[in-house]
Amino acid sequence: MTVLLQLLFQGVGIGAVYALVALGFVLIYRATNVVNFAQGQFAVVGAYGMVVTTADLGLPYWVGILITLAVMALFGALFNLSVYYPLRNRSFLPVVISTIGASIFITNIILGVYGPEPSMLAPMLDAPGISLGNLFLDAQYLTIIAVTLALVALQYLFFEHTLLGKRMQAVSQDKEMASLLGIKVGWMIMLTFIYSAMLGGIAGILVAPILFVSVGLGGQIALKAFAATIIGGFGDVPGAIVGGIAIGVIETFGAYYISVPYKDAFAFIVLFAFLLLRPQGLFGEKVSQKA
Amino acid sequence: MSPRARTLVYVVLAALAVGLALALPLGEYLVKLLLQAASYAIAVLGLTVLLGYTGQISLAQAAFFGLGAYGVALGTTTLGLGFLPALILGLVVATLFGIALGSSTLKLGGHYLAMVTISFQQILTLVLTNWISVTGGPDGIRNIGRPHLPGIDFENNQVYLAACLVVLFAVGGLVAVLKSRRLGLAMQAVRDNELAAGVVGINTFRVKIIAFALSALLGGLGGGLFAGAFRYISPDQFAFDDSVVLLTMVLLGGVEAAVGATIGAGLLILLPEWLRFLKQFYLAVYGAAVILIMVFLPGGIWGLFSRHRVWTPAAPVGPLELDIEAAGGTLLSVRGLAKHFGGVRAVDGVDLDIAPGSVHALIGPNGSGKTTLLNVLSGIYRPTAGSIALNGRPVAGLAPHVLAAAGIGRTFQNIRLFHSLSALDNVIIGAERPGSGIAHRAAATARALAALGFVGMAERAGELAASLPYGHQRLVEIARALAGHPVLLLLDEPAAGLNLTEKQELVELLKRLRGHGLTILLIEHDMDLVEQVADRITVLNFGRHIADGSPADVLRHPEVIAAYLGEVPSHEAA
Repeated sequence: MTVLLQLLFQGVGIGAVYALVALGFVLIYRATNVVNFAQGQFAVVGAYGMVVTTADLGLPYWVGILITLAVMALFGALFNLSVYYPLRNRSFLPVVISTIGASIFITNIILGVYGPEPSMLAPMLDAPGISLGNLFLDAQYLTIIAVTLALVALQYLFFEHTLLGKRMQAVSQDKEMASLLGIKVGWMIMLTFIYSAMLGGIAGILVAPILFVSVGLGGQIALKAFAATIIGGFGDVPGAIVGGIAIGVIETFGAYYISVPYKDAFAFIVLFAFLLLRPQGLFGEKVSQKA
Repeated sequence: MSPRARTLVYVVLAALAVGLALALPLGEYLVKLLLQAASYAIAVLGLTVLLGYTGQISLAQAAFFGLGAYGVALGTTTLGLGFLPALILGLVVATLFGIALGSSTLKLGGHYLAMVTISFQQILTLVLTNWISVTGGPDGIRNIGRPHLPGIDFENNQVYLAACLVVLFAVGGLVAVLKSRRLGLAMQAVRDNELAAGVVGINTFRVKIIAFALSALLGGLGGGLFAGAFRYISPDQFAFDDSVVLLTMVLLGGVEAAVGATIGAGLLILLPEWLRFLKQFYLAVYGAAVILIMVFLPGGIWGLFSRHRVWTPAAPVGPLELDIEAAGGTLLSVRGLAKHFGGVRAVDGVDLDIAPGSVHALIGPNGSGKTTLLNVLSGIYRPTAGSIALNGRPVAGLAPHVLAAAGIGRTFQNIRLFHSLSALDNVIIGAERPGSGIAHRAAATARALAALGFVGMAERAGELAASLPYGHQRLVEIARALAGHPVLLLLDEPAAGLNLTEKQELVELLKRLRGHGLTILLIEHDMDLVEQVADRITVLNFGRHIADGSPADVLRHPEVIAAYLGEVPSHEAA
C-alpha cells in the first residue's frame, strides 16, 4: 500500500510537469491551430535559465526565477515573430516543420554552450520533505504539485473572468469574427506565445532540481506532454492536465512494476492505444469534415 | 523535351555518374560521404512519395531506414544469410510496419499522424537499444556482410558506391515516373483535396496505405544499403533526430519532385563538412536553415527551377461521349432518408425519385438540408436511416469511391479542385475513375480533353487549376465529373458566384447535358436558372421535403412561398 501511494505521489508530481508543458501546447494550438514541437525546448530554456542565474552567477533562487520568467516572456515573443508569424497563412505542415527547426536550433545552441554533460541544481527548498508514516513526500514534488494547482486555478480565473481572457478565447474560437469585433488578433496570439513560453519555463524551473538539466530533457518532456494532450482530448485544457498526470502515473508504475529501460515507452504505448481506439481522447468531441 | 528524350538524358547522366564513381580516385573519405548521401537519398525518395505526392507527414523515416539496416545486419551476421535475402527480409519487415502505420490514417491525419509516427520512432529506438540479446543493444552490430557476385568486387568501396548509385538512379527514375501515372495522380489528388479525391473514385485509404508502404520500403532499402556500406550500425543512427534530418532533406531539396530528394540528401550530407568551421554550432545553423527554408523556399531548392509550363493541347479535341442506355423507371430512388448530427436533424425522412434523363432541382432555404442530402448521396456522410437505390441497387452507406464507381459524379458548392495539378490532370483523374471503361492513359487523356472541350475549357487544359479564374474552375470541376462518364451528376449550387454571362453559359451547358440524356440532380438558389433547366423540383425545408412536382406547380405552392418569403399575407392569398 505504501509503495502504491509513494509511486502515485511521484507519478502525479512528474505528471504535473507534463501537464504544464501540455497546457502550453494546447493554448498555442487553440490560438493558432499549430502544434508547437519546440514546446519542450521552452522547458529546457527555463531550466538553463536557472542554471545560468543560480549556479553560474550565484544569484538567489527567487531572483533567478524572476529573471528566467522575464527571459521566457521575451523568448515567447521572439519565437512567435520568427517561427510562427511569417508562416501564419500557410498550411499546418510548414509551421510544424518550422517549429521542429526551432527545436533543433535551441537544443544545439544550448548544447554548443553547455555541452552534453547534465548540470545539477540545488533543491528549491531547504526542507527535504514530509514523512507521513512510511510515506515520504519530497518537498520538490510537493512544490511542483502546488504550483501546478495554483497556475491552473489562476488560468481558469483569467480566461473566465477577465476581459483579456475572454478576448483570447474569442480568438481561439473564431479569428475572423474576433477581428471583426475589434479584437487585435495578432496581439492575442502574441500574448498566447508569451504565456505559453512562460508556462514551459515554469515547468523547466520546477523539474530542474529533480532531473539533471540537459538538452535531452526537452524532447522527452515534449513528447510526453504531446501524448498527454491527445489522451486528454486534443485542444482541451482540462484534458491536457488530466492527460499529463495520467502519463506521469502510468510511466512511474510501469517503470516500477514492468521495466525500467522501457519506462519511456509506456507513454507511447498508451498513446498508440488512444490514437487507434479513441483518437478524440477522454474529453474531446468527434469532428467530421464538412463538404 | 519529349518524354523519350528525357529518359535518354537521364540514363546517360546516370551511367556517367556510375562510371565516374568507379573511375575517379575519390579517396576513402569522400567515398564514405557519397555512400551515406546515396543511401539517405533513397530513403528520402520514400518521403517524396509520402509527403510530396500524398501529403502525409512521417517523422519515422529513420525507423524504416533502421529496420532495413538491421535486417541486413542481423541477416548477414546472426542468421548467416546472403546479402540479398537479408535485404529482402529487412524490406519485408519495414514494409509491413509501413502498412500498419499507414492503416492508422483511416482515422487520423495531420498532427495526429505526426504523433503516431513519432511514437513508432521512439518505441523502435527503445527496442533497438534494449533488446540486447537480438540487436546487440547500444553497442550495435559489426562485420555486416556485402553482396557476393562473381566478377564484381563489392568489397571495394567504390564498386559498392557504384552499385548504390545504380539503385538510387533506378529508384529515382521510378519515383519520377510514378508522379504522372494513375497512382501518382491519385496520390496528388489525396494530397490536394482528400474529400474530392474520394468523390471522383479514388480509394483514398488504399492510396495512403500504398504511399506509406512505398515510403517504408524505400526507407528500408536505403537503410539496407547503408548497413552494407559501413558494415557497422548502432541504434543512435536511426533515432528521431535522424527522422528530422531525412524530413529536412526532402523539404530542402524540394518535396514535389524526385530530383529534390537527391539534392536535399547530397546537400545536407555535405553541408556539415562545409560548416565545420562552426564546430559545435553547426546543428544550430542547420535548425535555423530549416526555418529559413520553410519561410523563404516553400518549394525547396528544386522549386526555384521548376515552373509549371502552361501549354495548349496540340491534338484536336474530340466530342464527348455522354449518352447512356436509356433505362426505364427510376434511376435514383430515395426512401425515408435521414441524417442526424447529434440532436440536429439535418435531413429528416426525405423521399426522392429521379427519372432517368431528367434534370431534377433540389431547392430550399439555407439550412434546409440540401447539401447534407447531397453528401449522403455521394457517400461523404453515412445516412442515419433510410434507403438509396441506384438503378435498383441499394447504395446507402457506401464509401464515396464506391459510389463514384457506381456512376455518381458530383461537384461542390465551394469548388474542390486538385489545385496544384493542371486542369487536364484534374479531369484525367475524373476520367480514370474505376468503372468508367477507360483502360489506358491515352484514352483517359482523350476523354479528359473532350470533357474540357464540352464545357469550353480545352484551350486552358494546360493551366494550373489554382490559377484559373473562379468561373473557369467551376467549369473544370464539372468537366472532371463528366469525364468519369457518370449515370447521375450531382451539382451543388453551380451558379453560385458566377456573373450574368457565366450564368447564361451555365444554363446552355446544362441544357446541352440534358439533350445528351444525362440525369442531373441540381441544388440551386437561382430560381430563374432552375425554371429554365429543371424538369422537376423537390423542395426541402428543415430537412423534410415539402413539395414535389413540375417547376410551374411547385413555385406556386403556398408552403414553398411561405418557406422562402415567410407567411403569405391573407389578402394576397385571397
